[in-house]
Order: sequence, then C-alpha cells, then structure tokens
Amino acid sequence: MLEVRLKLRMTHTCTSIFINNEWQDSVSGKVFPVYNPATGEQICEVQEADKADVDKAVQAARLAFSLGSVWRRMDASERGRLLSKLADLVERDSVYLATIESLDSGKPFLPTLFVDLQGTIKTLRYFAGYADKIHGTSIPMDGEYLTFTRYEPIGVCGQIVPWNFPLMMTAWKLGPALACGNTVVLKPAEETPLTCLYMAALIKEAGFPPGVINILPGFGPTAGAAIASHMGIDKVAFTGSTEVGKLIQEAAGKSNLKRVTLELGGKNPNIIFADADLDLAVEEAHQGVFFNAGQCCTAGSRVYVEEPIYDEFVRRSVERAKRRIVGSPFDPMTEQGPQVRKHQSRVLEFIQIGITEGAKLECGGKALGLKGFFIEPTVFSNVRDDMRIAREEIFGPVQQIMKFKTIDEVIERANNSDYGLVAAVFTKDISKAMTISTAMQAGTVWINCFNALSTQCPFGGYKMSGNGREMGENGLKEYSEVKTITIKMVAKNS
Amino acid sequence: MHDQVFIGNEWHESCSGRKIPVYNPTTEKLLCEVEEADSDDVDKAVRSARAAFQMGSPWRSMDASDRGHLLNRLADLVERDRLLLATLEALNCGKVFLVAYFVDLMATIKTLRYYSGWADKIHGKTIPVDGEYFTYTRHEPIGVCGQIIPWNFPLMMFVWKIAPALCCGNTVVIKPAEQTPLSALHMAALIKEAGFPPGVVNVLPGYGQTAGCAISHHMDIDKVAFTGSTAVGKLIQKAAGESNLKRVTLELGGKNPNIVFADCDLEYAVEQAHSGLFFNQGQCCLAGSRVFVEEPIYEEFVRRSVEKARSKVLGNPLLPGVDQGPQINQKQFNKIMELIESGKREGATLECGGSPGGQQGLFIQPTVFSNVRDHMRIAKEEIFGPVQQIMCFRSISEVIERANATQYGLAAGVFTNDINKALTVSSALQAGMVWVNCYNAMSIQCPFGGFKMSGNGRELGEYALQEYTEIKAVTIRISQKSS
Repeated sequence: MLEVRLKLRMTHTCTSIFINNEWQDSVSGKVFPVYNPATGEQICEVQEADKADVDKAVQAARLAFSLGSVWRRMDASERGRLLSKLADLVERDSVYLATIESLDSGKPFLPTLFVDLQGTIKTLRYFAGYADKIHGTSIPMDGEYLTFTRYEPIGVCGQIVPWNFPLMMTAWKLGPALACGNTVVLKPAEETPLTCLYMAALIKEAGFPPGVINILPGFGPTAGAAIASHMGIDKVAFTGSTEVGKLIQEAAGKSNLKRVTLELGGKNPNIIFADADLDLAVEEAHQGVFFNAGQCCTAGSRVYVEEPIYDEFVRRSVERAKRRIVGSPFDPMTEQGPQVRKHQSRVLEFIQIGITEGAKLECGGKALGLKGFFIEPTVFSNVRDDMRIAREEIFGPVQQIMKFKTIDEVIERANNSDYGLVAAVFTKDISKAMTISTAMQAGTVWINCFNALSTQCPFGGYKMSGNGREMGENGLKEYSEVKTITIKMVAKNS
Repeated sequence: MHDQVFIGNEWHESCSGRKIPVYNPTTEKLLCEVEEADSDDVDKAVRSARAAFQMGSPWRSMDASDRGHLLNRLADLVERDRLLLATLEALNCGKVFLVAYFVDLMATIKTLRYYSGWADKIHGKTIPVDGEYFTYTRHEPIGVCGQIIPWNFPLMMFVWKIAPALCCGNTVVIKPAEQTPLSALHMAALIKEAGFPPGVVNVLPGYGQTAGCAISHHMDIDKVAFTGSTAVGKLIQKAAGESNLKRVTLELGGKNPNIVFADCDLEYAVEQAHSGLFFNQGQCCLAGSRVFVEEPIYEEFVRRSVEKARSKVLGNPLLPGVDQGPQINQKQFNKIMELIESGKREGATLECGGSPGGQQGLFIQPTVFSNVRDHMRIAKEEIFGPVQQIMCFRSISEVIERANATQYGLAAGVFTNDINKALTVSSALQAGMVWVNCYNAMSIQCPFGGFKMSGNGRELGEYALQEYTEIKAVTIRISQKSS
C-alpha cells in the first residue's frame, strides 16, 4: 500500500540524469530497472548513463570549476552555508528519504531513519563547518623568501558509491569534496540510485550553482569505467569491492594518473578474550556481523574467541542468531531485511562452500521465503583459517567463530589477510587492549565496541582494504591539492 | 526588552536592588533601567556556571557536535531577530542603523556559525614519546570563563566572546558594558530559547569597578577575557595575578598607523584611510588614527581627505542618509574634545571640524588635523573619536620606525602597488593585523589581536580556540610499544 503511494510520487525528475542542475535523458535513450529486494518487484525505471553522458557531465563540472566561476569565487564560508542548507533539506525530507532507501535497498526502515539518515545529516553538517577552516601554512624557508601554501580544490572529482548505504555514502563523498571547493560527477550504484537522485533535487533547491554536482545513474562496467579512465577527471573516489578497486586504480594509471582513493572490502577480525564482558561481547559480535544483513565493509566476519569461553560464546551466539527477526523492512519488529538482488545467490554459494569445507553449520544456512532475497542468519563454528569462508568477504548474514589460545597467536592470525579495514577487541585488561590495538593492521580498531563510527573520525583501510581516509580532518586532505607560493623578499626577518 | 540579571537560565533582580540607567546617546534620554549586578551577583553566577561545568553535567557529557548544533541554532535565532537587534544597537549605541544591520548583525551571525563548525573539530594529538608509553593529549575546556565586553560593538563583542568559549565547552559569566547592556540581555533570552543548559551562559549587566572587578578577582573563575581600554586591561592582569593566576586574554586600544606610499591608488587610499578612521564614529580599537603619507602626495592627500570629511552627514542614526551618529556618552565626548583642543594648542593644523556637531550634545564634527608631529598628544594617545591625524614621511625606514614607536600594536595599513614595499613594511610592523591595500578587512576566519600593550592572545579564527582550551597529556604504560 505504502509502496504504491510512493510510486506515484516518483516523477520523471528523480529518475533521470542530473547535469548542470537539469534533468536529462540518457544520450543512448537506454533505461534500466530498479527493484525492491523485499518483493523482487520492479519499482521504476531510471535513465542509464554511459560514456557519452559522463562526457557531458565532466564538461559541465569543468566549466563550473573554471577560474572566475561562481563556485570558484564564492567565499569558503558560503560553500559551507550551502552544505548546511542541504543538511537542513535532508532533515526536512528524512522520512521520505528513509522510505525510498528502504524500498530500494531492503534496509529495515527504522535503522535507516535513525542511523543512515542521521549519519547523512551529520556528515553534511560536519563538512559544512570545515569549508572555511581549511588552512595552508606560512613557512620559514631558507633564503630571502616569503613562502606560504594554498590548499586548493583538486578539480573535477569522479565519485562512485555502493549499494549498501546508498544515501550515506553519497554524503560521505559529497561532504569533503564540496567543502574543499571541487566539482563532482557522482555515479550511484545501479541497484540503488533512487535516494541519490532525490538528493540531486535537494542540491538544486539548496542553491548549488549548476555543474557543481552532477549525478549519473548507471552501471560500473560502462559509466563507472568511463569515469575511472576519463582524461578530464582529476580524481576518482570509489567505495565497493576490492576486485573493482583494483580495476579503478589500473584505469587511473592508464589514463591521466588521476588521484585515487579507495574504500574496499574487509574480512574483519573481532577478538574476544576470556575476561571480556561476555554478554556485551556476544551482542556486539552479533550486531557487528549481522548489521545491514551482513552487507558492510566493516562486518566482523572472523570472530576469534579465547579457548576458555569458546563453547559458551558459540552457544550464546547461536541462540542470538536464531532470535534475529528477518522480515519486511517496513515491519517495525524487523531486524534484518533481504539481501540486495544480485548478491543473494553469492552468499548462499559461500554457505555451501563452508559446509563442504567442513565448518560446523550451527544454525541458518538457507534462503528464507518465496518472495524477495532473504537469507537466514547463519553461524559457523570450528572454522579454520584456511577455509574460504574465513578468507573471503561474504557480504551476507554469515558469522564465522574461531578458537584461539594466546595473544601472539591471535594477533598473527588476525593480521593474516590481504584486507585491513577494521578490527575489534573485547577485554577488560588495559594491557591486552593497548597491545592488540597497536598490533592490528587495520584503519580502525574498536575496544569493547563495534561499528562505533562518527563523522569526526578518519575511516579507511590498510593493505587491500583501500587507501586514503574518509571523514574527519583527514577527509579534507584527499580533496585538496597543495600549492606552494614563494615570493622573493628584499630582506627577510624572523 | 529584558532588563534583569540572567543566571541559570532565569531572570533575577540584583542582590543589591540597584539599577543602571540606560541612555540613547542620540537624544540623551533614558531608554530604561536594568538590574545592576555587583559582586554578590557575580558569586551567584559563578556558582551556577561551576555547577553547569561539573563532570557528568549535561554540558560536559554532551557530544561536541551537539555544542556546535546549539551555536548554530543560536545563529538561526539571531537571524530571526536581526531587525530587532540592529534597532537595539542603533538606539543604545548611536550606531548608524543600516551599518548595525548589515555589518554588526552579519558579523554576529557569521561568528556564531563559524564556531558552531569548530566544536567537534578540536583535536588533541597522539605523541611518540620516549619509553614504553602511549601518550595522547586532550584539549579540554578551561572551566568558568569571565568575559568583560565594551560598548563600541556590544552585540558583536558578545558573540566574539561566547562563541569560542562555548565551542570549546566552557561555561561563561559575561558582563556587558554598563552603557550598552540591551542586546546582550536579548541574547540571553535567545540562549535559553536555543536550548543551552542552565548555567552555561550567565549575563550580568554591571559596572567595571564593581562587577568587572569582582570577576577579575574571583577565586573560582578560571579565565578572564577583556576587551576595552589599555588602562583597565592592566588592572585586569594585576587582579589575575593577585587572585588565582586565572588565564588572561586582553584586546585593548590602538593608535594604528596607516602608511600611504606615493605609488598607491590615491583616491582609493584616501577613501580607505577615511573609513578606516571614521567608522563607528571613530570608536574602534582598529581606528587608523596616524595616517603617514609619503611627501610627494601629502598635500593632495590632505586636500582630498578634508573634502571627504566635510561631506559626512551627522544625524539621527535611525534615519537613512546619515553617515555618523553621536559619541556614546558625555565622558567620551569630553575626552575627545579635550584631545582636539590639545591638537590645536600643540600646533597641528586644524583642517576641518574641531567642534561639537550642530544637533544636541553628543555629536562631534568629523575633524582632520594635518602637520601633526609625532610627539603631540593627538599622535600618541588613543582618541576614540572622529579625529584623523595626517603626518608626512620621506623614507621607508623612517616610516617603519615612526609607525612602531608606540606602546600599542593592534593593526596597521600599507597602501602601495610595489610588491617589495608591501612585503618589507608588512613584515616590519609590530602589529597583530597588517592590511595591504585595504583597511578594516576583517573576517571571522582570521585571527585578531595585538602586539605589545594592545593586548595579548588572539580572537577569531582557529587561534581563538587555543585561548579557551586547557591541554591535558595522558600517558599510559604499555607492555611493549611499536612505531
């Protein structure tokens, strides 16, 4: 019923390509379908951007970035005001946006409203506050010179965002890029373009000049590839799988050496010592892997439990997983919605692999229901590090629980991965906490908590989980180009 | 209009029962009376501010981003009440209304928004110390901050003080000037409306010698920030030393040099030097009150400056078409007139003005002195009125020496098209702000403050945060460190 009413509100505007503050059809005339993963039904069709549309968008973004343009001449504080206004508009329309996000991605509605929407608004406000606080330095250089640095915008930034937190990832990309004065060509994931396209309407309403932000719904191998290899794009930022991240970095090297930042996958260790608060650890480990139906780069998918408490931990985790309520995203009791359309089969495949490899299937393991792409919360125990379910990112509601004996052993096993996004440790002992957090090869380490993220903190990966950091002050560095200016002085003084 | 003492988000009568009369300097008539805070009221306010600062209080346990959110909300409310606040400033200070609306109110709103953005971006460091340790710093609020503000930009000075203080998590006891408490009291109401917890901001209208003195001597105030005259600034620093060594920041007077070279854009320099002195009836710490003009263009510069001064329209600041309002009160009026007389007596050439303005009591004609010599009182003392001194110089090293020959050091201007002169002079001047080919070019992102006896510490920009932060280093023993 709700879905039908919403369908009527989807006008032509928020299903087209957004360039120069105008809604446009694709150059090719092609459209693509967008589905509701809870029912499997089509919601609507969206214009499909390809290389020709990317070319148009880059042209618009380049013009908006030229010296003397409205955007370049604007006070930095005014850029901040625009971001703040955008945050106000997202707040105004947060129920609508949460509804569209749930419909499009299968995320349960209440967490979407309270986590995704709040995260989106806070990110925009955070970077709104930074716009006029990006400082260069004046420097006591050797010689008769006055020297200072300017932190300039890089230029036209291509941004490719994923389907697991569509709206929030859009804000994570736009916030720092715009605060620093760049212009943007952004491609939402083809599974989940709708909230990003609605943002485009809000961007126009907020008063951003035409061409500053351009939004191109389309597919990775076409529109995404065009962005990564475009000779007129100065930087590309990508969040998604490690596999595609590698292609993006390759394309950057082959084309114009555009700057690259990547937020990729993870196979994140969650280390539970015997002296942990057991109830807290079980619950945090549960949420840490099952949040968002397991579709998080931060999923704590390798739970290492110290031997003395291993059996009890497994027992409690299984009991908790069995209690997890899977259902319609719009049911307020639902904890877990469906997987995104094309990934359900992949997750089910991994589960079969786990069984075949000899891990013990404690609960779950199967698809759920006839409509939509639901999977039972699944727990494996007696998992060995060499199994595929222990090494590869599953991106589904599947928890692996392993046993360890000593601290040195678990450090080595936790670090034994190509990934390095996050890690966690549960212990009351201050020394264990400090030792583990120092030793983890991970961009974020949580002590006695999991998924504790906030816009003020830098976020990103070691090793093949990516490079560069988003959020916090560090996020600004990735969107600035530093220029040193040296002026000859007749006579310098300290 | 609010007219009481604001403590703990509540309105109180003064402990003594006394009141302060508040005047409109344009008409010299009484606007209203407000409750007069004295040391007992200061004690009450400090107790309230201290309670609001306790560990575990709503203010201490709030997310930093929520402090920013409250400041942003306050900015929204000032924007909503912009017309009212600009009118209060014009009525209470004699400021030209359109200037109050477009300059004072704009700066007020921008300051609040700027610091709302900083609240959750105040970073400590983690530090690689020698030894088996993990060390980090916390940038904590200092505690209860006493703030004493002047009458020349009452509203703007109010937010220059509270915004960085609140951004960093402090609580505040603020005393507006006795001449101009009205906009501060309206802000108190907005602070409550915005949702700041009780005790975070307390507003105490009162006199310097009583309430101000109580603040600077208070044993439970952790920091005092003062903007006003150098004479009173010295008393405040003394008081801090005598009491509890509270941290002190001061924004004091200036006798600011404005250096105009022969190769400048002359008409533009004349105009900037003019507005650089006469803005706000000359009642600015930044007033460019020593205009040094290079000999070749001296005569022409004087001639054009006099023409500009003569064209100013004095009148009721609420009316459009008025350039200059009255001085703030009789005491200031007398001081300015006395200095003008000294200029005449000491032999400067009075080019124009020099007398009271045509209307009622507190107006002074825009006054220009030429042939001013550096030893004259009008060249050394801060006048704080519409009186411009124009001196002649020959060489760059001479003018640098003369410009720096003062106990003050707040701001300076340089007008030249030559890049070398610009860089040499700006490097050499002992001033917290140097403007090249502009004057009074201020913005909240940029630090503001004085060298020497113009004060210490900096307001605005990121630099202000340092003044409202206490640094704590935390060192944890670890069993084995790694780089």
